[in-house]
Amino acid sequence: MQLDANTSMDLKIVSLISVGKHPTSGRARRAEQDGRAVELGLTLAEAGRGKQNLTVLHAGDSQQSALRSYAGMGLESVRVIQLRESADAVSPLTEYLRKHVPDIILTGVRAESGESSGMVPYLLAEKLGWPVVPRIANIVSIKEGVAEVLQALPRGQRRALTVRLPFIASVDNAAAEPRQSAFGPANRALMEQQQAGSETDTVRSEWSELPARKRPKRLKVVKAKTAADRFKAATAKPQGSGGKVLKDKTVTEQAQAIFDLLLEEGVLR
Amino acid sequence: MSDSDYSHILRRDPRGERIARNRLHPLHSTVAVQVAETLGPSGLLRKNPHAVGFIGPNGIKRIDRLKGNAIAITGRRNAQSSQEVLLPLHQVSEPDFTIVVVPDMVGGRLTAHDKDILGQAHQLARSMEAGVAGESTGAGAVMAVVFGVSKEESFDKAGVDRLLLLDGAEYEGYCPEQQVAALEQVEARLKPEYWLFPDSVHGGTDLGSRLAARLGERPATQAWQMNTETTICRGASGSTDITRDTPRLLMLAQECANPVDETRHEALSIEWAPVQAVLPELHDLGQVAVDPNAIPLAEAEFILAAGNGITNWEQFHATAKALGATEGASRVAVDDGNMPRFRQVGASGTWVTARVYLAVGISGAIQHMQGIGQCDKVVTINTDAGCDMVKRADLSTIGDAEKVLDELINLVDTYRQQALHNQNGEKEGAKNAA
Ligand SMILES: Cc1cc2nc3c(=O)[nH]c(=O)nc-3n(C[C@H](O)[C@H](O)[C@H](O)COP(=O)(O)OP(=O)(O)OC[C@H]3O[C@@H](n4cnc5c(N)ncnc54)[C@H](O)[C@@H]3O)c2cc1C
Repeated sequence: MQLDANTSMDLKIVSLISVGKHPTSGRARRAEQDGRAVELGLTLAEAGRGKQNLTVLHAGDSQQSALRSYAGMGLESVRVIQLRESADAVSPLTEYLRKHVPDIILTGVRAESGESSGMVPYLLAEKLGWPVVPRIANIVSIKEGVAEVLQALPRGQRRALTVRLPFIASVDNAAAEPRQSAFGPANRALMEQQQAGSETDTVRSEWSELPARKRPKRLKVVKAKTAADRFKAATAKPQGSGGKVLKDKTVTEQAQAIFDLLLEEGVLR
Repeated sequence: MSDSDYSHILRRDPRGERIARNRLHPLHSTVAVQVAETLGPSGLLRKNPHAVGFIGPNGIKRIDRLKGNAIAITGRRNAQSSQEVLLPLHQVSEPDFTIVVVPDMVGGRLTAHDKDILGQAHQLARSMEAGVAGESTGAGAVMAVVFGVSKEESFDKAGVDRLLLLDGAEYEGYCPEQQVAALEQVEARLKPEYWLFPDSVHGGTDLGSRLAARLGERPATQAWQMNTETTICRGASGSTDITRDTPRLLMLAQECANPVDETRHEALSIEWAPVQAVLPELHDLGQVAVDPNAIPLAEAEFILAAGNGITNWEQFHATAKALGATEGASRVAVDDGNMPRFRQVGASGTWVTARVYLAVGISGAIQHMQGIGQCDKVVTINTDAGCDMVKRADLSTIGDAEKVLDELINLVDTYRQQALHNQNGEKEGAKNAA
């Protein structure tokens, strides 16, 4: 990570964290993507002046023990905006961020509990009027107030983007794994509580929530008119309808045909 | 009327039938079917198994037990069954409401996910047309908003009634801010009844979330079942089902509905005043070259796979490097120690999802084929034109792998050099202009 001299001094980073949920046991834990957001924040802060430039922020219950597992990554404190369970987290977060004005806000892509809609970074960006960069894998450099960011694309690809500070980014699973959480520091860390006014999320209170049902598998319905067609559909090997076969052609022509197809499909970069 | 209009009608030839029935008719021998049993020159009775039976009107072989005296109906049903059926056209002349779908268009084509969502849009339109509590809302159209260059040819069969194609220069690359500006304009002019996005990593979620934040709508995400009243979506990273009222903006999961397959649609292009260019805050620098062999085999986009037909392994690795392809292998190549185990494709290896799969010297055993079931385009180089891989492939070249790969490396090298040359030329041109 490269930072130039004047950004490294006063680069303020906020990582937003939530309470994760283990996929099989359902226990509260450090969320995968939020842990990565903290890790990226720590790396950025350590490249600059030091850890004190990173604020790890949670809106919710400060008694939740899973928050301590973030603190165990080497944080002195975790800031918690105390909220009731049914409260909407976006407006108190916006208020906090307006007051403290960081340079970079890092979040996960989707929370592991609750609605998990992934809307938080977008709503914050809309309210603050900042750009949002979804699914980043790394921040490569920050020079003269412009950050170069690597975005994770499907199939292991990466895209480079530049964006002017301040911005919000959600951190993808492709980012560096979070460091191990140590029990001692986790217990010693300070939970800085803040009170904030909040509104109850009334829309959500009307929803009903149940454990996920298994989704029905899609059936292959054959709409054939005759018995012979149905029989063919049931017994035929899953084969393509027969492609082009280049036989008795020169090697050059054959290679050219393959090359053209690769070019047309856009896999040659 | 053209000849083809009658081609499916079965025609009988009464005269021919009469001659075939009458063994004393002078022309009988020309009409009657060849007899399967003949006396050979040595006096032995010879049976010709190929001459047994005839092709019936349904194109199925029938065994003739009337010794060649059956009525031969010379129908041309075969031609008809291979003809493509023209689906009925669904027309909406003056839509009373619109449902907007913003497909991903990966590689410029509709994905299976996009088609499911278009199917869902039509389900919604039909149930709205049927009317809520007795009051009908009139006819609705499904509109697709497509950004960038499109290679898709079957918008009509996928269920697009109206097509808004925005392919200006400002929509090239990653430009979500510009796209949201365009969608906002659609919202202002058409006030669509529903906004449907694919909830996918290909950009659908990003765009949907941006628009939802901009419009102040609370979207349903990962919705997998919906009607005009309620929607079920997955919450808490897929471990809960949330049942809620249907919002105006939804991001739908895969297989939320069946794609359209019984109707054709107009896919009428819409005239649209150009959207004002927004000053983007995100600047796309293009994709970064990643080491193709660092990408997990299961999600690689382009795989070059080696089988038992490869003898020159150095050349194979060089080709993979030149093409920028991830390496794969058949089991034989792995068992012989030429490739590591984690590169094996197939039933006991990895199931791959590549868009392009280039199989070199692989015969296409069923265990291997299972692994490449989800690949879009399969290309093969093989010496045997009759093997199963050639039957599955979209493009097959019959020849020695070593020579073809050699030629392929040459072609790619010249292509790369030319691209580099052009780039340098452009840079110099820019310098000169400055
Ligand atoms: C339980 C079980 C599980 C299995 N699982 C897998 C699996 O997961 N994956 C897998 O791949 N296999 C699997 N197999 C093995 C599979 O049945 C086949 O044996 C194997 O796929 C064949 O590999 P191949 O096509 O490379 O070799 P071959 O069948 O020997 O085919 C080689 C091909 O190369 C061509 N060729 C030869 N020389 C040249 C040349 N100079 N230029 C071009 N072409 C040439 C030949 O015409 C031939 O078509 C499994 C088998 C079993 C029993």
